[in-house]
This record gives sequence, structure tokens and C-alpha cells, in this order.
Amino acid sequence: MSRIAGRFAALQADGRRALIPYVTAGDPQRASTVPLLHGMVEAGADLLEIGVPFSDPMADGPVVQRSSERALKNGIGLADVLGMVEDFRAKDGGTPVVLMGYANPIESMGVEKFVAAAKVAGVDGVIVVDYPPEECAEFARMAKAAGIDPVFLLAPTSTEERIRSVAKVASGFLYYVSLRGITGAGNIDIADVAAHLPRIRAASRLPIGVGFGIRDAASARRVAEVADAVVIGSRVIQEIEAAGAEQAVSRVQALLAPIRAALDERPAKVLA
Amino acid sequence: MQMDDLPDPRGHFGPFGGVFVAETLSHALAELRDAYERFRRDPEFLAEFRHELKHYVGRPSPVYHARRWSQALGGAQIYLKREDLNHTGAHKINNTIGQALLARRMDKKRIIAETGAGMHGVAAATVAARLGLPCLVYMGSEDVKRQAANVYRMKLLGAEVAPVASGSKTLKDALNEAMRDWVTNIEDTFYIIGTVAGPHPYPMMVRDFQSVIGEECRVQMPELAGRQPDAVIACVGGGSNAMGIFYPYVKDENVRLIGVEAAGEGLATGRHAASLCAGRPGVLHGNRTYLLQDENGQILETHSISAGLDYPGVGPEHAWLKDQHRAEYVAVTDDEALAAFDSLCRYEGIIPALESAHAAAHAAKIAPSLTRETILLVNLSGRGDKDMHTVAERRGLRL
Repeated sequence: MSRIAGRFAALQADGRRALIPYVTAGDPQRASTVPLLHGMVEAGADLLEIGVPFSDPMADGPVVQRSSERALKNGIGLADVLGMVEDFRAKDGGTPVVLMGYANPIESMGVEKFVAAAKVAGVDGVIVVDYPPEECAEFARMAKAAGIDPVFLLAPTSTEERIRSVAKVASGFLYYVSLRGITGAGNIDIADVAAHLPRIRAASRLPIGVGFGIRDAASARRVAEVADAVVIGSRVIQEIEAAGAEQAVSRVQALLAPIRAALDERPAKVLA
Repeated sequence: MQMDDLPDPRGHFGPFGGVFVAETLSHALAELRDAYERFRRDPEFLAEFRHELKHYVGRPSPVYHARRWSQALGGAQIYLKREDLNHTGAHKINNTIGQALLARRMDKKRIIAETGAGMHGVAAATVAARLGLPCLVYMGSEDVKRQAANVYRMKLLGAEVAPVASGSKTLKDALNEAMRDWVTNIEDTFYIIGTVAGPHPYPMMVRDFQSVIGEECRVQMPELAGRQPDAVIACVGGGSNAMGIFYPYVKDENVRLIGVEAAGEGLATGRHAASLCAGRPGVLHGNRTYLLQDENGQILETHSISAGLDYPGVGPEHAWLKDQHRAEYVAVTDDEALAAFDSLCRYEGIIPALESAHAAAHAAKIAPSLTRETILLVNLSGRGDKDMHTVAERRGLRL
């Protein structure tokens, strides 16, 4: 069983929901990321999502764009990101790590080389935002063969047919984008999420994480009523932006702690 | 419109093209693909498109024999396809009309577009005004500064111009921002992409709408010159005017197809925009194609005196034609383009767009070594009014 599947199984056994925070690698400084990862685990993160900076992050809102630009100014490339995961793994062998990024840095390194290096570094899953299932059959196959879960996005506009084609190649978990638009935009519509998840559950037994638009303990808790995991990205980056390198870990922990508590308060519910 | 076997149903030209977008866009693209598949075969749609091209754009645009210039060069005969005479001053309007008619049939209430030099933005604003649709044009904040006249033209036409200050603040970032808008407002918005790039069906659709250029040439060249040209030459940024004139000639193996990229200050300086000549394949803006990128796969900033060629990617069909050796791709520098710009002004009384001056520059480069019987057809894709400030400034003048 992969680290991701193991973690979700354990949470499910406890009737708990996963908290997945997101940071961009190398933001605000190269040295910030590994301490942030450990700090987030300490504050209750169950899985970690690490953004690979890209010059043209088409699916991201202004907050993640800025973090990507800061990381690029710090000279962070895909190889550096893998190095950070390896450093993190030296002290934490249990927390699953998912990379999130765009296709071009991976293709530039070479898909085969990337998969091998990611496995060595201790990466558990990869979300390639601009790799829909039909364009990445080979990548998904190689990743799975290396024990890395290819994680895919689903959206409110995804048709039944698309949900089925994603379910066929995805592993680890499915990432439901809770609103139309880009990361960090607007506020989440819980009723809309609740209405869409059964369509996905009908097509796949994978756990479902929900992200884009979750800003605080209250919205996280409401999402946790219907989802298996809550992803928080732009809100984390905003804390880092406001705090600067020195205070980043403590500010992010202060953001995550009440969200963790809110997720655990909710009554345990049997998963579909 | 000519049918062909490429792209495949999912938008691939060999290993290039495709639909490399986030799931949030998949549905909108599928909807667009289905609508276009339906209307590209609909005689009523095609008739309306042709009617607009004739009565609103002023097509067919003439082919003109640049006799004095050819004589001065002392070799091949150069013919110019006069896309500069179109309404709004460039080929861009052929495509925006096609897409706007499609938008209306899809019942979309709002038009968005990206623009670099502003020519596509103006063409989009023009058709939006013509159809009474609100139009928002994304433009890099650097380009807004460089192209003030076009910004004002768009505003006169009733469009709103949104400066984009992220990334390199140029065309590629405007495209990113337009995509973000589209994802957010997918229900009621039609995104008019200005070139043969982006995710499927855009490269195919824009090519089809622009193919009118080459189709007219196939009729006009025998009338004027007695036969088809030996070579067709067009500038390539994203590559829409080049695809438009190349496509009807692709199967005609006797006709050389030559795409001219912007070598800026020279390929060796790294300050250029020649993705096919100096880039390598990658994924950007929804398709796989040749890109200018660093060793980490980050997209590089580009340079050209012509803002319309200032793009780090290129349409995937050009990538395919290059790898198939069906088309040749070369690059000319800012200085070479300016020299051709001057020649066309002085010998022919035509002020070309700096983009088109790149194609002319390559023709001037090869013409002297060719026989007088050789025929070169250059796509004069736009007129140079928009470039007055750029050219004057380069010569230390302030207008």
C-alpha cells in the first residue's frame, strides 16, 4: 500500500478527515521550505502538497503566482524541489508528500528521469495541472510503476464521462476543485460541493480531497462533512507572505491549528 | 475551408498540439470543439463568414508584384499578398470574425482576448463592436506602454483593456490571464485566441479561418503571374498569418514554404523570439510545441523589435511542418527587418508592419541569388502605421 493510501486508510479507521496544506517550494526563501513542511506536520497536516514553481502558472490565482515568482527569483528548479523532499524525508518517513506543478518542468527534465528521481527523493504523488488523463497515459503508467500516485483534478464542470476517464488512471486520491476559476478565488459553495461529490464517488473508490477557496476553520469543517480531505493553499501562502521568512513557520502553524481542531471536532462519519 | 487529416480528433499534429489544460477548462474546450466541428461544415455559417470577409473586411486582398524592389534586388520576382489592406490593417480580422460568429452561435454574451502588439486586440474589439458584445482585452503592462495608440484604438471601439503585470508583463502573461478569466467565467464567455497556438481546437480553427489568405493566392497567382509561386514566405510569431498562407499550399510539394522568425539582436545573443530555430519542444498554453525555455523548463522572456513576434512559443502545426521538413524556418534580426521596412517604403510606397518586414527581409536576402524567373510570394500580413513610434525612437526621433 502506498504512503498516501496508508494514510487515508488510517484516517478513515479513526473517522478523521485529512488536512493537506500547500506551500510553494523555495518561497519565501530556499531554506524556508523544509522547516515549513515539518512545522505543518507538527500543526496537524496529514499530507503535504508542495508546489513546483513555474514561470506560467495558468491555473493559479495571484497569491500562488506571486509565490511562484518569489521562488523563481530564488533560482528554484524541479531538481531543487526534489532535494527539499529528500531533506524532509530524512526526518519524516511517514507523511505523504504530493508535488503539484505544470508539465513543462517535468518534460524538460525528462519524464522517466523525473519519476526515478522523485521516487528516490520520497515523493508519493504528483499533480500535473496541465496533464489531463488523455495526454499523460505514459507518464501515469511510469509513475504508478514507481509507486508514485498520479493525482488528478476534477471540477464542477467535469462531465460523467470525464469523471470516469479520470477515475481510470488516477490513484492516491482525487482532487475536487470546489469552484470555477483559479486557486485562491472567491469563497467555496458547500452545497455545490455536496451536490457534486456523489457523482465522483459513484465512479471511484478513491478518497476525495477538496480545495480552491477554503479559507478558515469554518469553511474547512463544512467541507469535511462531505469530503475526505481538505486542501488549503492560497491562505497558507498569504500567511507566509505576511510573515516573512523568520515568522513563516509559527504563522502557518497558527493558521493550521484551529483548522485541524475544527476538522477533528466534527462527528465521525462513515465514508462512502 | 479546406479539410485535411491533421490534426487528429484530439488536436495532435504528430507529437505536437493536444489539449494540455487544467480540468477546469476541459469542458469549455470540449464544448467549443463540438460547436466548431458542427459549424465548420455548416453552409450557412460558412456563407456568413465569407459575406463578412467580403463586405466588412474588404476581401479578397490583392496580390501585388513589387516590380521596382525586385528589380533593385536583381533576382527573383517578389509578390506581396496585401493583408495590410484589410479592415483594421492586418490579417488578424479574418480570424476574429470567424470566432465572433461562432461565439454568437454558441450564445456567448462576452468576448475576451489577449494581445501583444495590440493588432489582435483591435481586431477582437472591432468584431465585438460590430456584433454588440462587451469585450475585455488582456495586454501585458509592458506592451500597454509600448503600444499606446492601439490601446486607445481598442478603447474607442468600446473594449476594456486590462493591463497584466505578472511574469514578464508581455503577450504570454496576457494569455495566462485571459485563460484565468475564461476558467472563471466559462458559462457566458468566449475567448478569442489570436494565433494558431493554445489548446485544441484553437490551432486548427484559427488556421481554417486564416486559410482564406492562401486560398485567394492560389487563384490570384496564376491570374497575375501565370503560375503558383516557387516559395511562400511569411513571418512567424505564433504563426497565424503563416499558417493561413501556407496551409492551402502544404500538399503542393513544388512550393517551398519558408517561415521567418524574429532573431531580435541575433540568435547568439539570446535576445530573440525564434522558438523554432532556437527552442526545444515542451508544453505551454495548452499545447506541445517548440518553446524558448531555460534548462529548468521555465519559459524565457523574448525580444523582438516587433511586438507581434514577441512570443516564446509557436503554433503546433508549424512544429510539425518543421519536423516533417515540409516547411523551412529561418530567422532575421531587428536590423535586417528594419532594412526591408525601409526598402518597401522607398521602392514600393508601402509601409509594412515590422512583423511583415521580417518576411520581406528574408525574401530580400535570398532573391539576389535566384533567377529572374523565380517567384517569391511574401505575406505582407499587416501595415506599419502602428510601428511609427518604434521605428522613429530607434532612430533617435520623438514624434
